[in-house]
Amino acid sequence: MLLIACPNCGKRPETEFRCGGQAHIARPADPMAVDDGGWSEHLFVRANPKGVHAERWCHIHGCGRWFNALRDTISDRFVETYPIGEQPKSGVKPGTILGPNSATQSETRA
Amino acid sequence: MLETRYRAARALPLGAQTRSAPTGSGVSVRPAGAEARFSLRARLAKGAAPKLAGLALDAPINTVGTDGEVWLARLGPDEWLIGGPEADADLLQGRFHDALAGVPHSLVDVSHRNVGIDVSGRQAAAVLNAGCPLDLSETAFPPGSATRTLLGKSEIVLIRASAAPLYRVECWRSFSTYVHGLLNEAVFGVEGPAAH
Repeated sequence: MLLIACPNCGKRPETEFRCGGQAHIARPADPMAVDDGGWSEHLFVRANPKGVHAERWCHIHGCGRWFNALRDTISDRFVETYPIGEQPKSGVKPGTILGPNSATQSETRA
Repeated sequence: MLETRYRAARALPLGAQTRSAPTGSGVSVRPAGAEARFSLRARLAKGAAPKLAGLALDAPINTVGTDGEVWLARLGPDEWLIGGPEADADLLQGRFHDALAGVPHSLVDVSHRNVGIDVSGRQAAAVLNAGCPLDLSETAFPPGSATRTLLGKSEIVLIRASAAPLYRVECWRSFSTYVHGLLNEAVFGVEGPAAH
């Protein structure tokens, strides 16, 4: 079973988690200045990269808290998990395609 | 406690069924009696954390503390599940409210929502692992651990208060027959039918 490193609870089985879609989507600071096209972009249009993707995840059957994760959509490996409101530390950019042998946070963590 | 306060009478969903005492590799799955339980949500300020019944609120996440009667399990950064004797429910609630004076919080009596099942015996962890994917080894889930997790299709809170192989499974009342049935099935799998 895939283990996901929750920032609060450590490595836990994947069935305890729910995915909440793409992370780091900020609501426009001045909504009145956004036209209809801009709003539909903000509300509905999401990235669907092949490779590393920044996502929100919720440890719903554990601590119940949301966090962010970088996940490789090809191999389903989690590169890094980090708290809401922070930026990833590993320096891997979303959209990167990882090599088959790259170590990830949840695998290197004791 | 001598005085009894008004409590809605509770019919236990699993009755008072008891499996025979452990034999051989025996694991006993025993529904616990009625207990008082509270769900506490509060955001702790940095530094000073209030204590409830002598137990620190700022204990690490996924740990449980007990003073013999009351247990306090920290399930998340701002969430605790508290258990205590059934007769003291009203007393405890008042005491907790006093201890939390000045801290914005929500303290809800969930005694009737939860059902406890005690799983004990040398192979108790193996029985739980029939439905719970968590690593229950000594290093990963030492005495004093408590966490919300899954057992089969049901959400449970798993509590290991002491070094003895005794686990408390807390589930919601409507899930209790499923959880109890699953645990009993798992005992068959661990012990083998010859033991029955």
